[in-house]
Amino acid sequence: MGRYVLRRLLQMIPVFIGTTFLIFVMVHALGDPVNALFGDRAPDPAVAAQIRAQYNLNDPLWLQYVKYMGKLFQWDFGTTFSGQTVTSQLAAAYPVTLKLTAVAFTIEVVFGIGLGLLSGLRRGRIADNSVLILTLVVISIPTFVTGYVLQYLVGVKWGILPATVGFDVTFQSLLLPGIVLASVSLAYVARLTRTTVAENTKADYVRTAVAKGLPRHRVVINHLLRNSLIPVVTFLGTDLGALMGGALVTERIFNIHGVGYTLYQGIVRQSTNTVVGFVTILVIIFLLANLLVDLLYAVLDPRIRYA
Amino acid sequence: MPDQEKYNRSDPMAGAGDEDEEMQSAVESRTLDLGTMEGETLIKAERLGDHPETPAAGEERVAPRSLWQDAWRDLRRNPIFIISGLLIVFLVIVAIWPGLFTSTNPLNCDLTKSQQGPTSGHPFGYDTQGCDVYARTIYGARASITVGVCATAGSALVGTLLGGLAGFFGGWSDSVISRVADIFFGIPILLGGLVFLSVITIRSIWIVVAFIVVLGWPQLARIGRGAVITAKQQDYVTAARALGAGSGRLMLRHILPNAVAPIIVVATIALGTYIALEATLSYLGVGLKPPTVSWGIDISAASDSFSIAPHMLLFPAAALSITVLAFIMLGDAVRDALDPKLR
Repeated sequence: MGRYVLRRLLQMIPVFIGTTFLIFVMVHALGDPVNALFGDRAPDPAVAAQIRAQYNLNDPLWLQYVKYMGKLFQWDFGTTFSGQTVTSQLAAAYPVTLKLTAVAFTIEVVFGIGLGLLSGLRRGRIADNSVLILTLVVISIPTFVTGYVLQYLVGVKWGILPATVGFDVTFQSLLLPGIVLASVSLAYVARLTRTTVAENTKADYVRTAVAKGLPRHRVVINHLLRNSLIPVVTFLGTDLGALMGGALVTERIFNIHGVGYTLYQGIVRQSTNTVVGFVTILVIIFLLANLLVDLLYAVLDPRIRYA
Repeated sequence: MPDQEKYNRSDPMAGAGDEDEEMQSAVESRTLDLGTMEGETLIKAERLGDHPETPAAGEERVAPRSLWQDAWRDLRRNPIFIISGLLIVFLVIVAIWPGLFTSTNPLNCDLTKSQQGPTSGHPFGYDTQGCDVYARTIYGARASITVGVCATAGSALVGTLLGGLAGFFGGWSDSVISRVADIFFGIPILLGGLVFLSVITIRSIWIVVAFIVVLGWPQLARIGRGAVITAKQQDYVTAARALGAGSGRLMLRHILPNAVAPIIVVATIALGTYIALEATLSYLGVGLKPPTVSWGIDISAASDSFSIAPHMLLFPAAALSITVLAFIMLGDAVRDALDPKLR
């Protein structure tokens, strides 16, 4: 077990370096940040030189990367050109995104697994076919279309839920964005659960459980669902990582000042430190989520060996 | 290890599993999208299917059919395949000859008609600039379909080539390709799009296509690699090798035809998702730019005044969703037909 974790951690290092370096190069290709800072006016050469020296902009790109990473590990993400520290931006954005993630994830788990179980148990019937078709439709409609339509219908026309979030983040206002954000993953969870449930209904252990006279709900919950959820849990784990990365589209539609929103603003305003800092955190979360999923997988399924 | 060999012979899957685990990547191929999900079940099904069929005694021997002939027989009777196939043919015709369906120029706009609802002769109404929404929806098909088809062709080509080579040769080339794929996989696609595309000031369809290929190939490379590893271990490949076939012949004549099915399925579904991706990028302001007519641009422009004039958003959005759905359903139907386990 220990060796397995160690090996996976070591494998992560080149991926981490490669991904962050790629983003670093791309962001720095956005253009000269000093010129962007001054806008249309030409900067005073002395001031420009001072800023360049302060932000290490004269070094070759790889050295800038190394220096940046060195600071990063001391929890110093640098400051934006407006003087705000990236750490404070992170501190402001993350609680909002985490709340949204919690709402979306709950919806995804409850309805995704519920619908998948229903459909897998009634394979080939009307309920099953309608779940299959509905999930395909949900997957096909881009999130920004679902977002605008639901925002208009539920938020504006019928007025059931708040249409936008803004600064005052309440549970009620996050419900609608949560549904929009969860919809596509929900469809995947339902389809995945359906497939594994339908496969496992024919398994020997289910037949044994039925034959020894267990009531149906115990067969379904203790035997069938428990074994069918292994691939679903791995999907959910990775998805949780993706959700915590913030939702560019959903946060923009519903005016949620979370990670996705801040990141989008950072890119639009060419704020190099914001973008690189946020993306680095996202990559770390993504890789850790993957590692956790692997470990969870092995805990859930004892047949998996740690080589 | 003689023991190991015996074990391998008794269970053809044992070897396959080992090799897969040995080259596990740091970022596991999680089934984060429909394409991968469907492709992987297909590879699994193929693995189970290498027990020889025993023909029932007394039954008349019919000419053996190939997997594709079997699949085609199934598909011809599948209503989902027929509907999605016809839809795609229709969409391709619209994309190539939009003039057949409307005589209105999508760039010929009249500001006095701004945001007017549907009227006779103009069934979808007008957008903010006073352009005919119906004409724009028809002409928008071309951009979306071109991006979808070209990006899919590109990433399928690059992905199959690299994934196939990684799977066939294994060893260090596999490690290098898998790690590089991991790096590209680690970048969230929308985020990468925002950063990457805002760097480039030229806005053409081909830039968007190139970007999707750059971030999209790892998905197909993974599927290709898995399929090639599975096919490589089949007895007919060993037989061909024993008869003296070289690597090139093995790859092209024996492995590729047997590994291509999951790639085609994943690519078809990816085509749908790439079309949606282009629209999303255009919505975020980094995809295509006017005067190119595209559904994504129109939806983005209409989103500001959705509550006043919902028709401006709903028609292009419906066209976009139906197109994506058609490709996903086609891939789904082809997958079902190619899966021997469902027979």
